[in-house]
Amino acid sequence: MISQLPPDVPVHIRSIDFSVFYGNHEAVKKASFDIGRGLVTAIIGPSGCGKSTFLRSINRMNDLIPVCHFGGRLEFDGTDVYAPNIDAAFLRRRIGMVFQKPNPFPKTIFENVAYGPRLHGERSRAALTEIVEKSLRGAALWEEVKDRLDANALGLSGGQAQRLCLARALAVEPEVLLMDEPTSALDPKSTARIEELIVQLRGTYTIAIVTHNMQQAARVSDYTAFFYEGELIEYAPTNQLFTRPVEKRTEDYITGRFG
Amino acid sequence: MKSTTTLPETRALPPRQDVHANEEAVSAAEKVLRGRRRRDRLFSIGGGISIAVMTFFLLLLVIPILRYGVGAYVYRGTIEDRRVQLELFERGNADRLAQEWAQVSAARAPIYKAFQDFEAELSTRSGAQRRTLRKEGKKLHELVSGLLGVFPDEPIPTLLRDRYGKTRWDQAQQQLERILIMETWDYSGEEAVLVRSPRRDVFAGTALEPVFDLLETDPESLLLPRWTFYPQFLTDASMDAHFFGGIGPEVRGTIFLMLGAMLLAIPFGIIAAVYFQEYAGGTWVTSLLRSCVNTLSGVPSVVFGLFGLAFFINTMHVSPGKSVAAGALTLALLVLPLVIRASEEAIAAVPHTYKEAALALGAGRWRTVLTVILPAAMPGILTGIVISMGRAAGETAPIIFTAAVSVGRAVRLGDIFTEATPALSWNLYNLCTEHQSIHEVVHVQYGMALTLVALVLLFNLAAIILRARVARRLKG
Repeated sequence: MISQLPPDVPVHIRSIDFSVFYGNHEAVKKASFDIGRGLVTAIIGPSGCGKSTFLRSINRMNDLIPVCHFGGRLEFDGTDVYAPNIDAAFLRRRIGMVFQKPNPFPKTIFENVAYGPRLHGERSRAALTEIVEKSLRGAALWEEVKDRLDANALGLSGGQAQRLCLARALAVEPEVLLMDEPTSALDPKSTARIEELIVQLRGTYTIAIVTHNMQQAARVSDYTAFFYEGELIEYAPTNQLFTRPVEKRTEDYITGRFG
Repeated sequence: MKSTTTLPETRALPPRQDVHANEEAVSAAEKVLRGRRRRDRLFSIGGGISIAVMTFFLLLLVIPILRYGVGAYVYRGTIEDRRVQLELFERGNADRLAQEWAQVSAARAPIYKAFQDFEAELSTRSGAQRRTLRKEGKKLHELVSGLLGVFPDEPIPTLLRDRYGKTRWDQAQQQLERILIMETWDYSGEEAVLVRSPRRDVFAGTALEPVFDLLETDPESLLLPRWTFYPQFLTDASMDAHFFGGIGPEVRGTIFLMLGAMLLAIPFGIIAAVYFQEYAGGTWVTSLLRSCVNTLSGVPSVVFGLFGLAFFINTMHVSPGKSVAAGALTLALLVLPLVIRASEEAIAAVPHTYKEAALALGAGRWRTVLTVILPAAMPGILTGIVISMGRAAGETAPIIFTAAVSVGRAVRLGDIFTEATPALSWNLYNLCTEHQSIHEVVHVQYGMALTLVALVLLFNLAAIILRARVARRLKG
């Protein structure tokens, strides 16, 4: 099944029969679908369905796992992500990521946000200060931390830390933001703030978000992909998928019959 | 319809029928509990005892080192000490010394006069008696000049220890004891017996007899003991095989060797640890290498010493003979496994999420290591370095073969490839076993031990403070 977007939506990430293997185990089975530029795409499915694996394949975070190998083709902006001439570090600069657990560096708030720009050669303090403020504002954290930029980031609350991680990702000015269950470790209030942010960032960034929380997928995303046992079962506009699912398994999952 | 929760009808508990069974169960539980409590108590007692035993031996070790070691820096110094300080180290108040010297000379004059009189008197004595008296007089002369220094009208001896009297009051008192009490072996019985008798009896009726009165009643006036603080013990060169002066060259040698070893071991150790943890996969080559490193840390240090001699000096020709560089290289090799192990553990303890975060921002592997992993692992790495430093400072066997000499001048930075150096650990051993008069330099032995311990503690303290600061910065 190839799930295509309407012709007026530009494709940003295209997966063509893309498979991921951990040794002999096929974690993602020939998934084919397009992620639209500037849209929020949710990836849902029960635990172990390969949704995180797929997400982490987009910025090649799975390269860290030695037994991991791939089949098919994954395109980002028209180029093959796994082509031998692609530098993963350079790719990750264009595809930012926010992880399940907030993982700020044990450095100051300023240094956390400035880490990416520094890495990519920004030396001027003034420019860094500007980027840090812009990114923190982008992540709706500026007002809370502007007086303690030199405080250690590990002193932040979970929700703040996750927004800091978002700001850190934004500071590199990526085109895509991958979010791997970004709110699963947060309380409801912090979750709501992150969701608000996702809605605000929509349009500026292409966002792919893996979530366990179907309400969250319904609230924030334009398109939703449903994975089950490594297979892409259904990919459709979110309201369609949640109201008129085509596949029986999708219906069973979203109505809570399994998973 | 709203469901209502209905409680089940309360039923009466079944009557207790088998009271005895119940009691049995209770007593069994009690028994188990009692046993558990007893074991807990036994364990606490065992722990307490082992801590007490450890503390006892630690005190047993530390107290004498402190007590006698401090004596190298603070002691009752005699006028001889002040003369040594002025004449050999150009330190002290010359005018005051001259004044004191005049006072002491006046007090000593009757003694020197007595010896002259005794010499004259000998000719009046008859054969056998004269021979005995001459022999005993000579011995007394030697003992007294050991106490007060060379006699005024005699030629100045080459050895400093013959030129000056006892510089420390505790040693002067021991010398006095030797003068006043004569120890002879009596072989007349079946077993030889040590007989202690007053030496003055030998000289009864001679011109030397009043000398004993002088020595017994007012020895202070001959030596003017005074509390002396001698911090320069730490930096002064030793004079005449540690009879005088300090342990400057040894301290310097130890610091040079330790810093040299750490300078080599820290970068190599950390790089190796990073390689093991971040670059090398879990292949059999890596595990072989790792077990080699672990084995290396179990090799006896004397083997390292021999290896250093054979490899660095005889094969690589790092230096023509023993040298600071060869010693530092050998010590570096010795502490390398420690640094690698500690660094590896510290790096492994860095949360995986830090690494992921850095990589996701587009950092390369090396940048991730430098900017995220190493800073986060720094407290653990510093701990390893602290332990290694103590080891490098205290190790004796490796430097015997490669760097240490018992007597030498303080090494200079430019000479590290050519000059051997004294070092605290080796010279401590040397002074306690191979010095010609071990009992005369007890204060130096303890002073060295104290200084070595203090030096290691000082470096540890610095590293601990550094570690705490780094850790605080990491924790926020």
